[in-house]
Amino acid sequence: MDFLRPASWEEALAAKAEHPTAVPIAGGTDVMVEINFDHRRPEYLLDLNRIGELGEWEVGEESVRLGASVPYTAIMEQLRGELPGLALASHTVASPQIRNRGGVGGNLGTASPAGDAHPALLAAGAEVEAQSVRGTRLIPIDEFYTGVKRNALAPDELIRAVHIKKADGPQQYSKVGTRNAMVIAVCAFGLALHPSSRTVRTGIGSAAPTPVRAKAAEEFLNAALEEGGFWDNGRIITPSVAKQFAELCSAACNPIDDVRGTASYRRHAVGIMARRTLTWTWESYRGTAARTEGVA
Amino acid sequence: MAGKSAPLGTPTKVTQGSRTKGGIGESTLRPDGILKVTGEFAYSSDMWHEDMLWGQILRSTVAHAEIVSIDTVEALKTPGVYAVMTYDDLPTDVKNYGLEIQDTPVLAHGKVRHHGEPVAIVAADHPETARRAAAKIKVEYRELPVITDEASATAPDAILVHEGRDDHHIGHVPHPNIVHRQPIIRGDVESARERADFIVEGEYTFGMQDQAFLGPESGLAVPAEDGGVDLYIATQWLHSDLKQIAPVLGLPEDKVRMTLSGVGGAFGGREDLSMQIHACLLALRTGKPVKIVYNRFESFFGHVHRHPAKLHYEHGATKGGKLTHMKCRIVLDGGAYASASPAVVGNAASLAVGPYVLEDVDIESIALYSNNPPCGAMRGFGAVQACFAYEAQMDKLADKVGMDRVEFRQLNAMSQGTIMPTGQPVDSPAPVAELLRRVKAMPMPPEQQWLAAGEAADVRQLPGGLSNTTHGEGVVRGVGYAVGIKNVGFSEGFDDYSTAKVRMEVVGGEPVATVHTAMAEVGQGGVTVHAQIARTELGVAQVTIHPADTQVGSAGSTSASRQTYVTGGAVKNSCELVREKVLEIGRRKFGTYHPAWATAELLLEGGKVVTDGGEVLADLVDVLEGEAVEVEEEWRHRPTEPFDLRTGQGFGHVQYSFAAHRAVVEVDTELGLVKVIELACAQDVGKALNPLSVIGQIQGGTTQGLGIAVMEEIIVDPKTAKVRNPSFTDYLIPTILDTPTIPVDVLELADDHAPYGLRGIGEAPTLSSTPAVLAAIRNATGLELNRTPVRPEHLTGTA
Repeated sequence: MDFLRPASWEEALAAKAEHPTAVPIAGGTDVMVEINFDHRRPEYLLDLNRIGELGEWEVGEESVRLGASVPYTAIMEQLRGELPGLALASHTVASPQIRNRGGVGGNLGTASPAGDAHPALLAAGAEVEAQSVRGTRLIPIDEFYTGVKRNALAPDELIRAVHIKKADGPQQYSKVGTRNAMVIAVCAFGLALHPSSRTVRTGIGSAAPTPVRAKAAEEFLNAALEEGGFWDNGRIITPSVAKQFAELCSAACNPIDDVRGTASYRRHAVGIMARRTLTWTWESYRGTAARTEGVA
Repeated sequence: MAGKSAPLGTPTKVTQGSRTKGGIGESTLRPDGILKVTGEFAYSSDMWHEDMLWGQILRSTVAHAEIVSIDTVEALKTPGVYAVMTYDDLPTDVKNYGLEIQDTPVLAHGKVRHHGEPVAIVAADHPETARRAAAKIKVEYRELPVITDEASATAPDAILVHEGRDDHHIGHVPHPNIVHRQPIIRGDVESARERADFIVEGEYTFGMQDQAFLGPESGLAVPAEDGGVDLYIATQWLHSDLKQIAPVLGLPEDKVRMTLSGVGGAFGGREDLSMQIHACLLALRTGKPVKIVYNRFESFFGHVHRHPAKLHYEHGATKGGKLTHMKCRIVLDGGAYASASPAVVGNAASLAVGPYVLEDVDIESIALYSNNPPCGAMRGFGAVQACFAYEAQMDKLADKVGMDRVEFRQLNAMSQGTIMPTGQPVDSPAPVAELLRRVKAMPMPPEQQWLAAGEAADVRQLPGGLSNTTHGEGVVRGVGYAVGIKNVGFSEGFDDYSTAKVRMEVVGGEPVATVHTAMAEVGQGGVTVHAQIARTELGVAQVTIHPADTQVGSAGSTSASRQTYVTGGAVKNSCELVREKVLEIGRRKFGTYHPAWATAELLLEGGKVVTDGGEVLADLVDVLEGEAVEVEEEWRHRPTEPFDLRTGQGFGHVQYSFAAHRAVVEVDTELGLVKVIELACAQDVGKALNPLSVIGQIQGGTTQGLGIAVMEEIIVDPKTAKVRNPSFTDYLIPTILDTPTIPVDVLELADDHAPYGLRGIGEAPTLSSTPAVLAAIRNATGLELNRTPVRPEHLTGTA
């Protein structure tokens, strides 16, 4: 195995163009586990740790441009206001040590359906900044996940950053694991209210071959909120609306039975999380809840 | 060492304490504590030797198959490979090993019987080279149907896991795929049943738990110039290993010199051999030191697990709440090789009633041979599975009778003088009702602690924790109680002795005692206790604990909660003999100076010989001037006897140990997630030799019991008998956020048969913790929950 250590982003792109099988490594929290378990032996490892800009972020007017290697700890501690859903998701990642090393670029590169960041990115709305020696493109997050551990990147492309919409309303994130910390998701759910466009967006993790949005649920809820004038009158969401939203979120799942949980449980749990996160975000939007994010 | 220097990471002598105090009853600190917390402790996996090679084991990829062929040509051609060995390369006629039954092949011969069985071994100059070379070995398997449960094991056409058994259990088992069967019959269940106003029956399932010790199997074998081998190893019992290793190597036992290396936990998982013989074989074959370290994945295949079990129980009670009878059948799955299965069967049977008075019982306990992973010793050893079932029964029966669950247990609790179903009287304190009273009396943790911090929910106090699944929605509190009984020491007539060598001399103008035993310090704090005993008995401040090795007699196993009792007893005994010799020297040297030498009861205290009235007769430095006193002696607890194979009667156990728990849980009833808030424990320890270590053992055992209640399980595919989750990604053990507050109430009611009145403590808390948590979850959810661990799908009807 060759270990490539580009000193700059341009060198990294050149190396990736020359060796399309090279596996990029930054925090190493996923790649090293795979290597240690002997699950894969890439021909080349492309170490991105010398490229400082990958660990930086910029807060713009509409969105945050988050460098691919910005560690989860920084997202939790410094971007909670702009990216509340992703900050909550970051807090569920593994242990403090792993959160100090791992970042969203790795989650996207691996594209595991169990990656913790995905539901938050889907709910917030995001674009992946992919680059190669051929140029740059922004891949909408909805089009990024193409299969189990597969994504829309071309073999010569690297993830430079993720552009995530700044929150214009409350966001929530829940993840079910069979342990109270340091656990891979059995399933996860992200929800973001977008009052400026009067829409809601969702993200479901670990309950389908790829991270998915519950689009039918979103459409139903958008219509119900509009119809009832909820965005303006700030009424409590009717239980029947919340119930149907939850059912439609469950229906958006296409899960499997595995050692971490049954398909039936995943569907059930996604529904519960959908109902709860809707309540928390909506109460927050109405301004009645002092704080509904939960604290730790 | 026969001419070679000790490898790096070999334990060196530890000198403990400089105070004159530090005797028994004090919480002296352990010498390995800070090193372990700061990451500086040298574990067996940290050893290094010049010129050493790395060993790698090739394991079967299927659970049950005939081996058609093994082709090692490509592996041998790999540059850097020094040796590849299969069954055909074993040097002697002894090709199997085993704790009791020698049924485990060193390397597979003709057949593999479980997923992950060792087939070939490789030594190379780099671990990666060894790994790649092992991967090049081609093994052709012809798969056989798998035996995975009682039905498939005892079916009329069942393949025998072991053909031609000639062990001493084959004569009394109903089928060759049953390792051992132990019935216990006492009284008359049929007529006792007629007195019952209420009868409850239950079918319980106990999952396969892993010891999950953090330091994986590892060791270093160094070939010696005399043709022997020096083995540095993390184990639980050096001499048991030695007895199994030497015959396979074709060496006399004195040419296999073993030294204990840093052990990263054991919990029963190191009672059986793992890589010991493989490393020695490769070292002797190559003439080079060979180190083997399992990774976590391999560790899951490299040691036995806790027996999964099916338990069927029937209990009866009168309207007044008195137990009338109990009938049970316990089926333990021993997997492919016997390991400790026979003893686990005996334990499960003899402790199947729990700590209750029951005169009419009918018990049957068996262990199967199957193609599942081999199971053997784990903390609690057969008593854990039974406790899970009988405690569930107690709750059900109390509810039927209409009594408080704790009061029902107290009404039926055994006490000193109770006769066990084996006919053995409980002849030391058995404060079962008192332990229950104490856990019940402890203050309850406040309700809704997640709101304590302010207006927003502190998710760390809620089920799901930082995963942010609830802010209080669906959360219901539950409370549950359980109590258990565990035997201490090896039972059923086993000659369970320990040896201690104690030396006393003057070093640097100070009297110093050296304690040398072969006791495996696996984290239990035994070395601390030995130093405390030596200080107490010999009145010295300085005690040196010699590294554990096979240059001294056996200390028995670090298991069965026995080391403080038995090796501690041996150290005490040898210290007493040393003291007598020291006093003889004193009498010889100074007897004429003071009449008390001849008459008074003399003690060694504070570096001096004193009368029981406290008068100083001589300084130990003067007594020991020019003299050194040394004693190596075996010590035995009182003998036990085997259980009758038909009735189960017999004085089988050395001592009993009791603990009770109260569990308080918060259950998210919609998502099926559990947060254990508190696990209060009360335990009788006889005498706390080191109170801090006692608390640590109780909290550790409690947490291990919590693990099997809510998360820990090795999942074996019932169709293929292959392990599905051999990693810490999917075999979950409790983190600190899963570990509750564990208030501990320690009783010290002396057992007059034991040294200092002490009681073995390590296992009892593991028993009652699990059923207490289960009872609390049942209390919160109203569900029956007859299996453990409980998973979210069991609590939400989505299994």
